[in-house]
Amino acid sequence: MSASTQAAPTPAAPRAEEKTSWIDTVVRAREVSLIGVLAILVIAVSLAEPRFLNAQNLRDILLNVTIVALLAVGQTIVVVTRNIDLSVGSILGITAFATGVMFADHNVPIPLVFIGGILFGACFGVVNGVMVAYARVPSLVITLGTLYVIRGIDYWWASGRQINAADMPDGFLSLATQNILGFPVLPLFTIVAMVIVGVVLGRSRTGRELYAIGSNPDAAVLAGIRVTRRVLGAFVASGAIAGLAGVLYASRYGTLDAVAGNGIELFAVSAVVVGGVAIFGGSGTVWGAALGALLLATIRSALVILQVNPFWEQAINGALLLLAIGLDAYLAMRLARELRKRSSHRV
Amino acid sequence: MRASRNVSIALRSGEVRALAGENGAGKSTIVRMLAGVQRPDEGDVLVDGEVKAFHGPADARDAGVAVIYQEPTLFPDLSIAENVMMGRHPLGSGRRIDFKALNRTVKELLDRLGVKLDPEQPVKGLSIADQQIVEIAKALSFDARVLIMDEPTAALSGHEVDRLFNVVRTLKERGAAVLFISHRLDEIFTICDTVTVLRDGEVTHDGRTAEMDTDELVRRMVGRELSNLFPKVDAEIGESVLQVERLTREGVFVDISFEVRRGEIVALAGLVGAGRSEVARAIFGIDKPDAGTVTVDGRTLKPGSPTGAMKAGIGLVPEDRRQQGLVMELSIERNMGLTRLQALRNKLGVIGMGSEAKLASDWATKLQLKYHKLSDPVGFLSGGNQQKVVLGKWLATSPKVLIIDEPTRGIDVGTKAEVHRLMSELAGQGLAVLMISSELPEVLGMADRVLVMHEGRIARELSREEADEENVVRAATGQVAAA
Repeated sequence: MSASTQAAPTPAAPRAEEKTSWIDTVVRAREVSLIGVLAILVIAVSLAEPRFLNAQNLRDILLNVTIVALLAVGQTIVVVTRNIDLSVGSILGITAFATGVMFADHNVPIPLVFIGGILFGACFGVVNGVMVAYARVPSLVITLGTLYVIRGIDYWWASGRQINAADMPDGFLSLATQNILGFPVLPLFTIVAMVIVGVVLGRSRTGRELYAIGSNPDAAVLAGIRVTRRVLGAFVASGAIAGLAGVLYASRYGTLDAVAGNGIELFAVSAVVVGGVAIFGGSGTVWGAALGALLLATIRSALVILQVNPFWEQAINGALLLLAIGLDAYLAMRLARELRKRSSHRV
Repeated sequence: MRASRNVSIALRSGEVRALAGENGAGKSTIVRMLAGVQRPDEGDVLVDGEVKAFHGPADARDAGVAVIYQEPTLFPDLSIAENVMMGRHPLGSGRRIDFKALNRTVKELLDRLGVKLDPEQPVKGLSIADQQIVEIAKALSFDARVLIMDEPTAALSGHEVDRLFNVVRTLKERGAAVLFISHRLDEIFTICDTVTVLRDGEVTHDGRTAEMDTDELVRRMVGRELSNLFPKVDAEIGESVLQVERLTREGVFVDISFEVRRGEIVALAGLVGAGRSEVARAIFGIDKPDAGTVTVDGRTLKPGSPTGAMKAGIGLVPEDRRQQGLVMELSIERNMGLTRLQALRNKLGVIGMGSEAKLASDWATKLQLKYHKLSDPVGFLSGGNQQKVVLGKWLATSPKVLIIDEPTRGIDVGTKAEVHRLMSELAGQGLAVLMISSELPEVLGMADRVLVMHEGRIARELSREEADEENVVRAATGQVAAA
């Protein structure tokens, strides 16, 4: 019976050659390619219309992108965990209105309004987070629900009321017009938030665990990561950032009613996807998301300055989105094919 | 039903112990309990003489138990280094992760394992073997006292297995206790000092590997009285209906050739992961094969087209009823009608009122389906009756070939026999049946011929007379049959 032997082990096939095509480079650093696209866009448009590069126009682009970029930063935290937060537009709207109420009816000092707005937004984040993390209902459904519920509360609360710039202190409204060392103040809030979130996601254990959860939720459990707590935290952070965005919205536009920020969540999600954050989680950075928002805002401005029918703006945004998703799908397919070939030595 | 009962296993420091048993013997359940994923109903896990209650995988890890699963449990988007040290990244100033230190630490670990992998590379692009190495590096990184390896070699080639064994020996010398699970019996004798044999969730043997040989191990793994629960009625076996020739799908299965004749039940046996279900998927056209042909009644099928396969007369009863075989929310009649939607259309091109109900009640009678109302969701039925609905759904297409993947998985014993009787009757009426089964008694009781797959190839073909437990287990575990 000692004749029992195993079939001779097959020698390992030579490792598939490491191919580095331009496409691999693109996927490694979406940020670099976004900057490239942005540069080409700016050069091309300013050749066609030199007014594009004037200081006032650049300033406007920056101010316009501030709020969407901030929402995109918050959205990134949620999306890397393989979730989505569609309620941010409504949270922004209701917080913007709350900001107006705090000033108009209660004379709350400016710093406290900021803190209040952030906490107010965070409360809605807690609601989203608890339902997603503990009830295990897909976040797409939960936050679609809260999108409408929060907007509904906003309508009920405002009940037709409009708060105007005259109701708010000048010191608050001037945040949108003043400069520090020649740089507008409002975008600084977004930049500070982006840097903080960027460092937390990129360089803290908690941040890396968020990526791990999005990359492989089952493995995250096996690795001992407290998944529910982390996902809850991501939604709270997203809500808090949407709250901050609501306060900035009030400062920028001055006129507040129940429709503030209606539909803005889709711009934020578009920016995140264009910015290379994988919609199924696990990869992408806030820098990419913010650049995505900047690219979309620049395109909008370019279309205005080139006097293109604004109808094209949405079509181009959509095309960019499809391009970004298509690129990701193509890369994933290629990788899968490569892997199957590579593992063929086991047969 | 209990997956494992009253199992006691002692792991000693500096010892490699094998856990052996057939598919479904309860090995994976034990691994899950030791890993803190599943809690035992009764009994305790003791580490260094202390009772440990694992409330989650983190507890098991903190107690010094590391588990390497059959399938790598890694984060594809993250780097090798982060995968190894997740949650334990070295921190620099301001509690920020020190990536330099992280990569250096993991590089040292990989060097110790003797592999050339870049710690900064994402796991996404790695081969299964390299992913397994990352898992091992992970286990090494927290100096596990107990290492559990659930079929770590399933996806490895000979050279890679040697490399793995060297690591295991090193760990053993450093005083770790290792529990090693493998279907390759020769590996058990190469690397393990002791062996625990499980059968139907109970320990049937516990001893030193030096004191036994392969034959004895196989006998202890199977050693079951073969019941005559599944009598296949002898049917007249006619001409060949399904021919599969040199079917290959790279990395999954190679060079699969066989035929199934009218009235014949052919079983595809083998271990989980040998590529059986994948062959069925390729025959039915769900996956496109890289080479080879499938022929039904002399007509070669277009590869990768389930519609074509259905037209040619193939039916597929999939392994996972709930996910693939049925639409659980839909009613019994709707489910039965799904394969016949074209035929059920009336002149206006819509599904006629009551036509589904009629079809369904016909088949329900023939299959002796136990149900309350045909309009009830199919999810209300028991597992066995659900399986009958899937069968009815395919039989309604009057197929020539029926592929049944795990016909009685999750079905209670009584209904099991009924499903077997049904399969036997169908073969008697001239249907060609290809059955995939991991249950040896089912294979031996039902099949006219047994094809045993091992690592993507057909290792042996056994006639009904030749097929016994030992022969099948040997072929399935890659042992050449004794004489």
